[in-house]
Amino acid sequence: MSELLKMTMAEARDGLRAKAFSSAELTAAASSAVAEARPLNAFITETPEQAAEMAAASDAKLARGEGGALEGIPLGIKDLFCTKGVQTTAGSRILQGFKPVYESTITAKLWAAGGVMLGKLNLDEFAMGSSNETSYYGPAINPWRRGNDDTKLVPGGSSGGSSAAVAADLCFGATATDTGGSIRQPAAVTGTVGIKPTYGRCSRWGVVAFASSLDQAGPITRTVKDAAIMLREMCGYDPKDSTSVDMAVPDFEASCGGSVKGLRIGVPKEYRIEGVPEEVDHLWDQGIAWLKEAGAEIVEVSLPHTKYALPAYYIVAPAEASSNLSRYDGVKYGLRVDSDDLTTMYEQTRAAGFGREVQRRILIGTYVLSAGYYDAYYIKAQKVRTLIANDFTAAFEKCDVLLTPASPSPAFGIGEKSNDPISMYLNDVYTVTANLVGLPGIAVPAGLSKTGLPLGLQLIGRAFDEETLFRTGAVLERAANFTGKPGKWWA
Amino acid sequence: MSVDEKAVRRAARLARLAIPEERLAPMAAELTGIMEWVEQLNELDTDHVEPMTSVRPMRLHRRADVVTDGGYAADVVKNAPSSEDNFFVVPKVVE
Repeated sequence: MSELLKMTMAEARDGLRAKAFSSAELTAAASSAVAEARPLNAFITETPEQAAEMAAASDAKLARGEGGALEGIPLGIKDLFCTKGVQTTAGSRILQGFKPVYESTITAKLWAAGGVMLGKLNLDEFAMGSSNETSYYGPAINPWRRGNDDTKLVPGGSSGGSSAAVAADLCFGATATDTGGSIRQPAAVTGTVGIKPTYGRCSRWGVVAFASSLDQAGPITRTVKDAAIMLREMCGYDPKDSTSVDMAVPDFEASCGGSVKGLRIGVPKEYRIEGVPEEVDHLWDQGIAWLKEAGAEIVEVSLPHTKYALPAYYIVAPAEASSNLSRYDGVKYGLRVDSDDLTTMYEQTRAAGFGREVQRRILIGTYVLSAGYYDAYYIKAQKVRTLIANDFTAAFEKCDVLLTPASPSPAFGIGEKSNDPISMYLNDVYTVTANLVGLPGIAVPAGLSKTGLPLGLQLIGRAFDEETLFRTGAVLERAANFTGKPGKWWA
Repeated sequence: MSVDEKAVRRAARLARLAIPEERLAPMAAELTGIMEWVEQLNELDTDHVEPMTSVRPMRLHRRADVVTDGGYAADVVKNAPSSEDNFFVVPKVVE
């Protein structure tokens, strides 16, 4: 039965429509693969009964020749999306036991399109991390290993449960969110595809907020086409999110077969970063060569403020987080540490409920927003964002899409970087700029490291031009012909 | 810029986060490391740069000034650690 799970989402969809197999069969296979893969710790909550019910409903629709674009397809949901009646933790102790009484807009859209929920996926606490190691529920484990070395590797983060589950063939696609790279970096280190669409494409309503001006949801899948299929169902205007854009959602799948002949590919020279392993730059050069062979024109461009993106991010993101996380007070939901005094109750609840990285970021955010520092830090960072946005505007006068590496290294071992916050933050060096200016970015698997681990390339596009990302991403995918799969050591 | 223990205590108080006395010094050192790293932004002259206020240029939608939602107090308190008659229960704040 697990053979069924090796299909792409597109193949599963076509097979379901052709009645080659049922959603009940597909879902049963997926639910047992999920249970079998518990050593990966990819799921925080498994929902096999709900999955079976949703699959039965999908089969009934398919039998009548009806059904949506994802009818009967088993999906994983990052545990940052509120799901009605199903525990939603954000990977934090402070939300323990929280069962939303409402459904996030994105998951509601996925269920309306026929998606089947297998469960809730592990993540860094409140999506703050690049390795999934800050989760209260323990780290998710990358299905990939360094050859025969059984060292446990991180699946990237924060959407580490999503990337691990998709790479291990537990589901056909997973929702994820990206505030500084949390879709693209985990996709890159697990040999999967992840796209962060333009800010405003996907509704943030019902998604636990980290940094509201940077957060954007998107899918992680095994192929570019699958990402196109799933993203289309996630996008769309939502009056409940004031920054949601009222724009038609293109048929992204239709872009996946297009040619890149004559397309201008920008190569930003500032993305050659000192200290990054040679193999990362080498793969980048290979990507440039592939696109050139496919008929694209390669243009060197400059994004002069690139090195300031991460420092600006580590002001803006904690500032917004400290504000968003003020709602966790032991009164409305989740954990409460009782005390006779209200302030003590707040302070003790938050100290017990938030992990170390989250506390660190709340303190940084509070500090940079506090009286006397607001202009020096927060306003300064917002000005730097404007400079970075101007860099991209200038670059996109010379090119149509940018090609860069997606992560500065392959997957690393659990615990290898967790004691040095800044070295952990550097994992987002290639991805964070797109968040600061709201641009879409996609990570596509492109090759293996010397140690046999996946490496990805990233494409960054103009605002609302995801179609060029899918078109170019599909060309890269075909050229790279990445067929590697992790060995199934967990079962 | 160096962040001292006093500044950590102040931020922790503002953020309603209890930090044990022995964690103040290590936290101050961690925050100092991060703040010194972000200080490279001062290399940039931003005197005549407008701060970003909207990630993408957009006009906010307007909506009719009518009630479209609500009326489910029981749902609102459903996840509360303590509630009574659809009110949140907290420790006494007024003597």
